[in-house]
Amino acid sequence: MKLKLRVWRQKDANSKGGFHSHDVEADEHMSFLEMMDVLNEQLISEKKEPVAFEHDCREGICGTCNMVINGRPHGPQKGTTVCQLHMRQFKDGDEIVIEPWRVAAFPIIKDLVVDRSSFDHIIQAGGYISVNTGQAPDGNAIPIEKDISSEAFDAAACIGCGACAAACPNGSAMLFTSAKVAHLGKLPQGKVEHEGRVQKMVAQMDKEGFGFCSNIGACEVECPKEISTENIAMLNRSYLGSMLSSND
Amino acid sequence: MSLNNNVPSGALSEKWTNYKSKMDLVAPNNKRRLDVIVVGTGLAGASAAATLGELGYNVKAFTFHDSPRRAHSIAAQGGINAAKNYQNDGDSIWRLFYDTIKGGDYRSRESNVHRLAEVSADIIDQCVAQGVPFAREYGGLLHNRSFGGVQVSRTFYARGQTGQQLLIGAYQALSRQISNGNVKMYNRHEMLDLVKVDGKARGIITRNLLNGKIEKHAAHCVILATGGYGNVFYLSTNAMGSNVTAAWRAVKRGAYMANPCYTQIHPTCIPVSGDYQSKLTLMSESLRNDGRVWVPKKAEDAKAIRERKKTGLDIPEEDRDYYLERRYPAFGNLVPRDVASRAAKIACDKGNGVAPTGLAVFLDFASAIQRYGRSSALSQNIDNPDAATIIKLGEKVVEEKYGNLFEMYEKITGENPYKQPMKIYPAVHYTMGGLWVDYNLQTNIPGLFALGEANFSDHGANRLGASALMQGLADGYFVIPYTLGTFLSHEIRTPTISNDTPEFNEAANAVKERIQRLANSQGNQSVESFHRRLGKIMWEYCGMSRNAEGLKKGRQMIRELRDEFYKDVYVPGSDTEYNPELEKAARVADFLELGELMMCDALDRNESCGGHFREEYKSPEGEAQRNDEGYTYVSAWEWDDHNPVLHKEELTFENVELKTRSYK
Repeated sequence: MKLKLRVWRQKDANSKGGFHSHDVEADEHMSFLEMMDVLNEQLISEKKEPVAFEHDCREGICGTCNMVINGRPHGPQKGTTVCQLHMRQFKDGDEIVIEPWRVAAFPIIKDLVVDRSSFDHIIQAGGYISVNTGQAPDGNAIPIEKDISSEAFDAAACIGCGACAAACPNGSAMLFTSAKVAHLGKLPQGKVEHEGRVQKMVAQMDKEGFGFCSNIGACEVECPKEISTENIAMLNRSYLGSMLSSND
Repeated sequence: MSLNNNVPSGALSEKWTNYKSKMDLVAPNNKRRLDVIVVGTGLAGASAAATLGELGYNVKAFTFHDSPRRAHSIAAQGGINAAKNYQNDGDSIWRLFYDTIKGGDYRSRESNVHRLAEVSADIIDQCVAQGVPFAREYGGLLHNRSFGGVQVSRTFYARGQTGQQLLIGAYQALSRQISNGNVKMYNRHEMLDLVKVDGKARGIITRNLLNGKIEKHAAHCVILATGGYGNVFYLSTNAMGSNVTAAWRAVKRGAYMANPCYTQIHPTCIPVSGDYQSKLTLMSESLRNDGRVWVPKKAEDAKAIRERKKTGLDIPEEDRDYYLERRYPAFGNLVPRDVASRAAKIACDKGNGVAPTGLAVFLDFASAIQRYGRSSALSQNIDNPDAATIIKLGEKVVEEKYGNLFEMYEKITGENPYKQPMKIYPAVHYTMGGLWVDYNLQTNIPGLFALGEANFSDHGANRLGASALMQGLADGYFVIPYTLGTFLSHEIRTPTISNDTPEFNEAANAVKERIQRLANSQGNQSVESFHRRLGKIMWEYCGMSRNAEGLKKGRQMIRELRDEFYKDVYVPGSDTEYNPELEKAARVADFLELGELMMCDALDRNESCGGHFREEYKSPEGEAQRNDEGYTYVSAWEWDDHNPVLHKEELTFENVELKTRSYK
C-alpha cells in the first residue's frame, strides 16, 4: 500500500515546527511503527534526517510510544497503542497526519518526542504506599476481595503514556492521576495514606501546568488501556472529602 | 586473576542466614556519607535503588529511558515464582532450588540459587504490601498457576501483566525515595564507560541523551542492573532499546563476561512475518498451561496449511502430532523452554511447519475451551449443554485467564485465536549469561556489582519461566542491600570520590572521542542494516543449534562486519543533540564485539547443555548431552580484541546429584 504521510517535524524545543510530506510504501501486516521504520530507513538512505519518535517494547505495555494519528492519540483503533496498531487499519492511498502529543506540560523535544517528566513528578508527590523493604507481613495476611483486587488492577493497568492528557482539550492529567489514586486507594494496603495522597498528587498535577478536568471524557475514549473515568469520580469524591476533613 | 566466588562455608540451607548474621555492617551515620551509583531502573535496579535509599545511602540512579517506569521488565507477562506452598502441593525452598538447578542443566552455583529460593517468599509479601494487584481466589487469597519445568503451582501473577505490576511497585518505591531526596534520578542518561580508581569501580561516564553532554559521576561503588543482551540477535522479544552497552563497557574495563553463549530461545513467540520486522512478540509461557502444541503428522497437510489451502481446523485429531505430549509424557506441554524450542525446530526442520515461512507450530486451545466450558456449565447448573454453549462458556474462561494475550495476538496477526489455533515459533528472549559475579553479586572488579539479567548467576544454562522477575527482585530488594555492606564497610573512611581526577578525565575523553568518531561516520549503510546483518549471523551460527565449524565461520564473519561497520556506517545528525541513530550506533558497535565473544564461548563449550545445543553432542534421541567431566565450570571471559582469555570457575555440587535432565 502507498501512503502519504504528513509528519510534524521540529528541530528542538525552541525551533518552530511544521508539517513535512513523505511518501512511503507499506504492507498491511506491518505495525504502524514498522511503517515509520521503513520511512526512516528511506530517509537515511537519502542522507536525510530520520523522524525522531519514541518507542521501546513495541508490545503495548511500556507506554513509550506516542503519536497523534489523524487527530487521535494512538490512532483509530480502540484500546491500542501506536506500536500495536497495524497497517491493515488503513487503506492504500490514505493520507495520514502524524503529530506529537500537544500538552503544555509535555514540552516537545524533537519531532514527535515530548518530555513527560511531569508524570513522574505526580507519582513522586505521593503515588506510592510507604512501606520499606522487609516491613511487609505475609502476602495472605490480609485477604482482598477478588472484585476489589480486580478493580484496583483495572486502574493499575495505566501505562503512563500520556494519551489522556493529549486527548483532553484542557490538557488535563486527571485520568492518569486518578488511576493511581484509585489503584492504591481501593486496596487495604493503600487506604492508610489515601487522603493525603489525593491532596499531594492533585497539587502536583496543578503545579506541573496540567489543565482542569471538565468531564469531557475524551481521555477514556483514547486511553489505550481503556482506563475508566469512574476513577476521576473517585478522585473528586476523595479530594472533596479530604478537604473537609483535613487537619492542615 | 583467580576467581574466588566467596561462597560462605557451612550447610547450604544455613549459608545465607549465617552470612547475614555475621557480615560487617555499615552504621546509619556512615551510610549517609557513602555514594552509590545504580545504573538501570528495571526490577533489579529500581528495587535496589529504592531499598538502598531507604537504608540511608546516597543513591544516584540512571536510566537511558525517559522514565524509570519504561524499563523492559515491564513487558514480562506470565508471573513470578515463590516457594510459598500456598497451594499445599508439596512445594518448598528445596524444591524451588532443585527445580532451578535442574532446569539450568546443572550449570549454576548451588549457593546463589538456594539463596534465591530462600528470599523468594519475601518478594511476594513485599509486592503485596506495595499494592501489586496479584490474581486472587474468591476467598481473597493469592492465586497460583504452573509454569514449565515444574510440577507444582508456585507462580504468582497479575493477569498477563505481571512484569508491569511488579515494576510499577518498584518504580513507586523508587519514586518515594526520589521525593525524599535519598535517590537522585537521572533520566535519559546512558552509561558509556566505567571509571576505575586504584582498581576499584568509582564512577561512570554518561551521555545526556537530550543534549549529548558527556558527564562524570563519582561514587564509592557502582551497581549495574542493565538487563540482558538478547538484541545482539537483532530479532528478539526484547525492547528496541535493550542493549549490552553498560555491561560491555565494564567488560572493556576488565570485568569478566560469564557464559555469554547461554541464550534462552523462548518457544512461544509470534512467528516472523516479514523482513521489515525489527522485534518479535512473546506469547506468555502461561499459555502452555492450557494450550496444546502440535503439527500435522502428514507433510502434505502441513504443506496445504502453508499454502493456505487448509487450516488447523481441517486436520482431524488422528492426523495431529502433539509432539511434546508424545515425547515428554511426564511434563507434556510444560517442558522447559529449551526443550520445547528445540522440539519445535525439529518438527519444522522435518517439513511439518505451518506458517508460509515453514517456521511455526500450532498452540491450540480447543481442548481447554471444551474442558472449561463443561466445568463452567456444571457449576452454573446447566444440564446437557449444547456444543455452542460449551464453547461460549469455555471461551469466557479462557478470556478471563489470557484475554489480553489473545487480543494482542489478534492485533498482530489478524487471526482470532479463540477460533483458529495460534501459530507460534521460538525466538530469542533472555540471556542467562552476563557479568561474572561472586556470592556478593560483586564482579571481579572490586566495587562493581551486577544484578538481575545483567549478571550470570542463577539460571545456569537455561532459565525456568517466571524466574527472571524473581531473580531481579531478589537481587534488588533482598540480596544487594546486605552484600553491598561487605564492600562498603571497608570504605567508611574513604572521603567523597572526586570526579576531577586523571582517571575520570581520561574516561570522559575516551567516550567523547568514540562518540565523535561515530557521529562523523559518513558512510553509506544505516546502523539498522548492520544490526540486522549481525543478527542473521548470530541466529544462523550461534542460535538454537550450533556446531564448531559454523561458530568459527560466524566469528570470522562478525570480525569482517565490524571492520565494515567502522568504514561504511552512516550516522545522521550531530553528537550535541537528541540523536537516536547515534545512540543506536554506539550500542550496535558494542554488540559487534559481544557477538564475537558469544561465538568463542559456544565454541569452547564442547557439550550441549540447556539453551546451548551443539549438534556434535546429542543423544541418539536428539536430546542435549552434557559433559560433566569436562565442562562443569563457569566460563568467565576477559575481553581482548584478538583472543579473549578464558578463566574458569569450577562448579561444585555438594547437595544435588548431577543427572541427565529428563522430562519424559
